Amino acid sequence: MKISGAEMFVKALKEEKVDTLFAYPGGQAIDLFNALYGQKDIQVVLPRHEQALVHAADGYARSTGKVGVCLVTSGPGATNLVTGVATANYDSVPLVCFTGQVPTNLIGNDAFQEVDTIGIMRSICKYAVTVRKREDLAKIIKKAFYVAKTGKPGVVVVDIPKDIQLALGDDTYPKEVNIRGYKPNTEVHSGQVKRALTVLKNAKKPVFLIGGGVNIAHANKELTELVELTRVPVITTIMGKGAIDTNHKLYVGNIGIHGCYAANHAISECDVLFSIGTRFNDRITGKIETFASKAKIIHVDIDTAAISRNIVVDIPIVGDAKKAIKALLEKAKPLETSKWINQINEWKKEYPINEGNSDMAPAKIIKAINKIFKGETIITTDVGQNQLWTTQFIELNSKRKLLTSGGLGTMGYGLPAAIGAKIANPKSDVIAIAGDGGMQMNIQEMATAVVNELPITICVLNNGYLGNVRQWQEMFYKKRYSNTCLRYRKGCEIACNNPNNKCPAFTPDFVKLAESYGAKGIRVTKEEEIEKVLKQAKKETKVPTLIEFIIDREVNVLPMVKPGNPLNEITLEFKEGE
Amino acid sequence: MVNSEMKKRWICLFVENEIGVLARVSGLFSSKSYNIDTITVGTTEDTTISRMTISFTSDDKTFEQIKKQFNRSVEVIKVVDYTDIPIHMKEILFIRVNHCSEKDKKEIFRIAKIFDISIVDYNYSSILLECTQTEDRNDALIQLLQEKFLNRIEITRGGVVATEAIGISNR
Repeated sequence: MKISGAEMFVKALKEEKVDTLFAYPGGQAIDLFNALYGQKDIQVVLPRHEQALVHAADGYARSTGKVGVCLVTSGPGATNLVTGVATANYDSVPLVCFTGQVPTNLIGNDAFQEVDTIGIMRSICKYAVTVRKREDLAKIIKKAFYVAKTGKPGVVVVDIPKDIQLALGDDTYPKEVNIRGYKPNTEVHSGQVKRALTVLKNAKKPVFLIGGGVNIAHANKELTELVELTRVPVITTIMGKGAIDTNHKLYVGNIGIHGCYAANHAISECDVLFSIGTRFNDRITGKIETFASKAKIIHVDIDTAAISRNIVVDIPIVGDAKKAIKALLEKAKPLETSKWINQINEWKKEYPINEGNSDMAPAKIIKAINKIFKGETIITTDVGQNQLWTTQFIELNSKRKLLTSGGLGTMGYGLPAAIGAKIANPKSDVIAIAGDGGMQMNIQEMATAVVNELPITICVLNNGYLGNVRQWQEMFYKKRYSNTCLRYRKGCEIACNNPNNKCPAFTPDFVKLAESYGAKGIRVTKEEEIEKVLKQAKKETKVPTLIEFIIDREVNVLPMVKPGNPLNEITLEFKEGE
Repeated sequence: MVNSEMKKRWICLFVENEIGVLARVSGLFSSKSYNIDTITVGTTEDTTISRMTISFTSDDKTFEQIKKQFNRSVEVIKVVDYTDIPIHMKEILFIRVNHCSEKDKKEIFRIAKIFDISIVDYNYSSILLECTQTEDRNDALIQLLQEKFLNRIEITRGGVVATEAIGISNR
C-alpha cells in the first residue's frame, strides 16, 4: 500500500514503541501534525518553547532510559532546539529530533523559515541527516533510533522536507538496520579486565571513580555488589552520583571543584584509580598535572575517544559499563582496605561539607527534601548554585534519582526536564530545583505543567542574584558584581553590593506568577515552614506547586577548588580579602 | 608514550558518498582548531562510497583523537593511517611562471627535464608546468622556483592522493 511520508512517520513512531512525543507545530511540520491528529497510542505534549521541549524529552529519556522524541518545524523551530540538543548530547541522552524543512526544491533558496538545520546541528549531535527521497524515510528513521540508543547514546536529528512528508511511498518499516560505518562495541576485552584486576589486587589505597556512564548503563546493582565484594571506597562525579546509595558506608562523596574534602583528598592520595564511565572533565580533575598523580589509572568507557583524552590512563577498557562491571565481578577478590577507609572516614569527619547555619541555608532545604520525599522520587536541577547545593546534599538511592545538565551546564533545564520526567513517571514524585535566574529561562513551562495536570514541586532558591557567577566575582574579581544582580533597577549605583529599600521586592513575584498560570505559589522565608510546605506540595495530585525559598543573598557553594589549583588544595571557607 | 611534537600526517577515509559528509569531516578538524593541509575526495569503484586523502600537521594526542572520532562517526566507514605505512602518494601541481625572458625559458626547460616535469602550455612570456610527484618533492620544487622567479609564479596544488603500496613504497 502507498502511504504519505507523514503517515510513514507516524507508523515509524509506533513501530519504535514511542508513547510520548514532545512537539511544537509550524508551517513545515503541519502535515506531520495532521497525521498525528487523533492518534490514540501516541501522547503529544505541547511545551511552550522548543528549547524547553527538548529538555522535556531529555527528562523523559533520562528518567526511563527510553529514547525521547521531539518534533518541531523548520527555521526558528529548529534553531530553538540547539541548546537542548547540545545539552542532551553532552550528557549522552538518547533523543531523536525531527525537524520540518522547506520542500526540497526550495532548499538553498533562502525560503521563508529555511535554515540549514543539519549544518547547524552537525557538531552538537551524534548524527544528523536530511531525508532527500521518500523511499529513504523509513530506513532513515529506523537508523536514527538505532544510532540514538546504541553505543554511547546521543542525539540524532532527522530533517524532513515538506514534499517528502506529502509524497506517497511504500508502507513497510524495516525490521533491521545495518550501518557499515557504525558498529558500536559494547563487549569488554577479557585480557584488559584481567590486567585491571591484577593492578587492583595489589592496591593499598584504591578508589572507584564513578561517572554518569554507570547510571546510563543501569549498572547500579552490579556496582554496589562489586564495591561490597572488593571493599573499595566509591567517589562519584556529579553525573555519577546515585550510582551507589549515597548512604552506603563505602560511599565517600563527589569529586571536583566543588567536591568534598575527603573525596578530593582520596583521589590525590590513592594508588589505584578505577574509573568507570567518566571522561575526566576539567571540572573534576582540577589542575590536570596533579590529578591522581600517585595512582595507576584504570578507565572503563564505552567511547574509545574518551580514553586518554584528558588524562593518560594505564589500563583502558572499552565497553559497556554494566558488562565491564559484570566481568569484573566474576573474578574480583576482596581487598584489605580497612586502614584506607578509616583514613577517608577521618577526613570526612574532620572536614564535612559546611552546611551553613543561617535559617534558610540551602542545605536545610535540600535536606528537608530528603526527609519529606522518601518514596520514588526524581529530582531535576537547573544550573548554578542550586545545582551544586543539590548535588552536595541530596541523598540518592534506588528510589531517588537526579537529573541534571552536567556537561553543557544549561540554565533553564530544571523545570522542563521535570515535566518530561513526570509525564514518563506519573507515580513518582518529581521535584525541580532551580535558582531565580534559571527559573526565568523557561518559566513559560509552568503552563505546560498546569495544562497537563502535573503535580510537580518546583523549588526556587531565590537569592536575587545569578549566584554562581556572583560567587566567582566575590572570590576572584574583588566583589565587582558585574550584571549578576537580578534586582537591579535603572538608577542603581554601579558599585552597589548591598540591596536596599530602593530595590524591588520581587522581580518577578514568583508566587503571583505561579498563580497566574493556575499553579500553587508559596513563599517561604522561615526555617520552620520549609518542611510544612514541602509536605503540602507533595500532597497535590493535579496542580504544580512553586515554592519560592528566599535564601540569603550571598551564600557561597563551598568547599571549592580555585581555578588552576590541584584538587587537594581546597578552600573550605572563604573570607573576604583572601 | 604520547609525543606532543607536531608532525605531518596522512590519513585515508572511506566515507558514505552523501551530502554533508565532507562538512562533517572538515568540521572535526575545525572543532579541534586544526587546519587541513590538503584534502582530496573522489568516488570509488562502489559509487556509494567516497575515498578521501587528508594531510595535516598535528601532535600524537590530537591525531589519536581525530582518528577515534572518525571511527565513531556514522558516516565514516573506515579510517586508515597512512603516516608510517608503505604507500604511493602523488599530488598534482600546476606552476605558471610569468614574465619569462629567453634566458628564463631555457632555465625552466632545463629544470623541467631534470626534475621530470611536463611543460603543458606556453606563450611568448609565460610557461605552465605540470608536476605529478609526492607532496615533499612538490614542496621542494616550489621552493626552488620561488627563489629563482620571485613574485612571478602562480601555484595551483591539487592535494595529496595516496593508496597503499603493493610491492614498493613511493612517498
